[in-house]
Amino acid sequence: MLQTIAFYVFAAVIIFSALMVISSRNPVHSVLFLILAFLNAAALFILLGAEFLAWILVVVYVGAVAVLFLFVVMMLDIDFASLRAGFMQYLPIGAIIGLAIVSELILAYLGWATATPPGPPSATTPGVSNTEALGRILYTDYIFYFQTAGLILLVAMIGAIVLTLRHRVGVKRQSIARQVRRVPAEAIEILEVKPGQGVT
Amino acid sequence: MAWLDRSARSIFLWDIVVGFIVGLKYFFAPKKTLNFPFERGPLSPRFRGEHVLRRYPSGEERCIACKLCEAICPAQCIIIEAEPREDGSRRTTRYDIDMTKCIYCGLCQEACPVDAIIEGPNMDFSTETREELFYDKARLLANGDRWEVEIAKNLELDAPYR
Amino acid sequence: MFLTGPLQSIGLPYGAAWLISYIVSILVLSVALLVMLAFLLLADRKIWAAVQIRRGPNVVGAFGLLQSFADFIKFVLKEAVIPAGANKVVFLLSPLIAFTLALAAWAVIPVASGWVIADINVGILYLFAISSLGVYGIIMGGWASNSKYAFLGSLRSAAQMVSYEVSIGFILITVLLFAGSLRLTDIVQAQAPDIRHWFIASPLFPMFFLFLISAMAETNRPPFDLPEAESELVAGFAVEYSSTPYLLFMVAEYLNIVLMCAMASILFFGGWLPLVDVWPLNAVPGVVWLLLKIWFFFFIFAMVKAIVPRYRYDQLMRLGWKVFLPISLLWVVLSAGYLFAIGRFS
Repeated sequence: MLQTIAFYVFAAVIIFSALMVISSRNPVHSVLFLILAFLNAAALFILLGAEFLAWILVVVYVGAVAVLFLFVVMMLDIDFASLRAGFMQYLPIGAIIGLAIVSELILAYLGWATATPPGPPSATTPGVSNTEALGRILYTDYIFYFQTAGLILLVAMIGAIVLTLRHRVGVKRQSIARQVRRVPAEAIEILEVKPGQGVT
Repeated sequence: MAWLDRSARSIFLWDIVVGFIVGLKYFFAPKKTLNFPFERGPLSPRFRGEHVLRRYPSGEERCIACKLCEAICPAQCIIIEAEPREDGSRRTTRYDIDMTKCIYCGLCQEACPVDAIIEGPNMDFSTETREELFYDKARLLANGDRWEVEIAKNLELDAPYR
Repeated sequence: MFLTGPLQSIGLPYGAAWLISYIVSILVLSVALLVMLAFLLLADRKIWAAVQIRRGPNVVGAFGLLQSFADFIKFVLKEAVIPAGANKVVFLLSPLIAFTLALAAWAVIPVASGWVIADINVGILYLFAISSLGVYGIIMGGWASNSKYAFLGSLRSAAQMVSYEVSIGFILITVLLFAGSLRLTDIVQAQAPDIRHWFIASPLFPMFFLFLISAMAETNRPPFDLPEAESELVAGFAVEYSSTPYLLFMVAEYLNIVLMCAMASILFFGGWLPLVDVWPLNAVPGVVWLLLKIWFFFFIFAMVKAIVPRYRYDQLMRLGWKVFLPISLLWVVLSAGYLFAIGRFS
């Protein structure tokens, strides 16, 4: 009973904030509503008993990915007039793509069979926490897929670094280890300077 | 060997440890600051604080309304009006200082031929309203009566240098 | 919940007893935390002053003990100024978010054996997630202020918190490997009975120092207080805030610091466990031990604030990405290998 109410509240907030993501005028507000949607999705995971997935979702999507989104959007100076300018030009192709996705969704939805006792299914098995269950599946049956996903991310990361890293000649760089290693004896020289003579 | 020593020091955060020990040493050191409203540092006898109008030991006010202080005041915060008293002596009927204008330069004190207007050692005269800082003659004379002992001592200490 | 039983025995239905016991325990924890925070704030200022051979606040109450309460009243009674160009809703929402998250993280902290509001089995992940959300209060506040200084401060802060979260995550993983559970009470129980089995006395001890330093960076605490940087950014993300919204930011910041102290005690110093498991010491309630440990770490935080100069921003980033991240990653591999070698996983 309480769970059902909670489910509908969270689901309603997700749909509302998803609508606000695409309809709000300020792009920063869009990202903030996206974050709200993420958080409520995590709440739905908790309702299902999958708390590990829920908190991973919060850590990865809300804590890291959305922060980067927010960064980018805050830095951009978006001119809405120029964005709106080509609206009619792109309307036909946008409408076609939208219609295609909607019809696919309808087709998929028609094929669904509703579970006989309606209500959220449970992701928990008695005796095993879902963290453990997830680990057992991820590191046995799906180990190669898991490792491949990791490898792809690594390649993407190295690629990004290679694309942006430039070593220009003639640029002074500081070596912090060398700076830290300096001792007064190497760095300063104490001279007895006679008046009127100066240091040669 | 020196390399090893330096590496070990940086790995074990030796600088932080030394800093911590020095910090702890000063943590327990006697405090250098004064507990201000209750403890005060020494004041020079030439300190220029709140103004007072002094009296002679007989109780007669010193000011003869020569208006030298009014003339010299760079902030023009002194206003004096004068007329002869019944006994024929020249005295002020009005001696106002606008303390919100005063810059505490001490020129009034230097100009005064009879040591009547003096900037005393008092510095705690903040008020809650602006009007309270427009001092009149009665207020200045009252200040003089209150601070006479300290001012006389300060003048005596400073006399050899004048 | 420990109050549910007694409440049921006086005739309340289970649901009502459950609800009341939760509300009471949340209130007790929050009020106790905020009162403790008032005195820790004073202690912070006093310690800072003492190292600089000053006296610190000593006028309000005996030895200045009531200073924080006087500050509280002053903050609340002042006018809340909202800048004309500010985004009003986000501007007022962000201190609330910061404060709520800082308080929410305490729900899973076990204060003593069995004294915990929500003993969820991914407790440490919850803490990690909540502290990674803490950046939103700051970044939203900085953006909504519509001021260059505030925005620069919030950008710095967000980059810094996201960077150090990575190394904190790896440090948490090493602890998880040793404890074999994500539940905080299990992590403490894995360190029973006393200092010989605390994780500080295990191969994890270098991770403790990394954790402490990362915690300082994560909570924007000196020497890593670049977001606030009084000498250049005035007060960073908080520069446009005044009155109660600023108070909420400040309380949230200090709550996070105390939370990091509590996490350091739970992860490495055995939480509520006594120092040595002998008679007079193990009769002391667990909450006292945890408080002693938290105060000890807070003292270290305050001393570090007083003695270490502020890092430059590139040095801060270098430390996070080029020193802490490789070391903590290496330690995850090493500790997993060590545990495998001694046969913990078989």
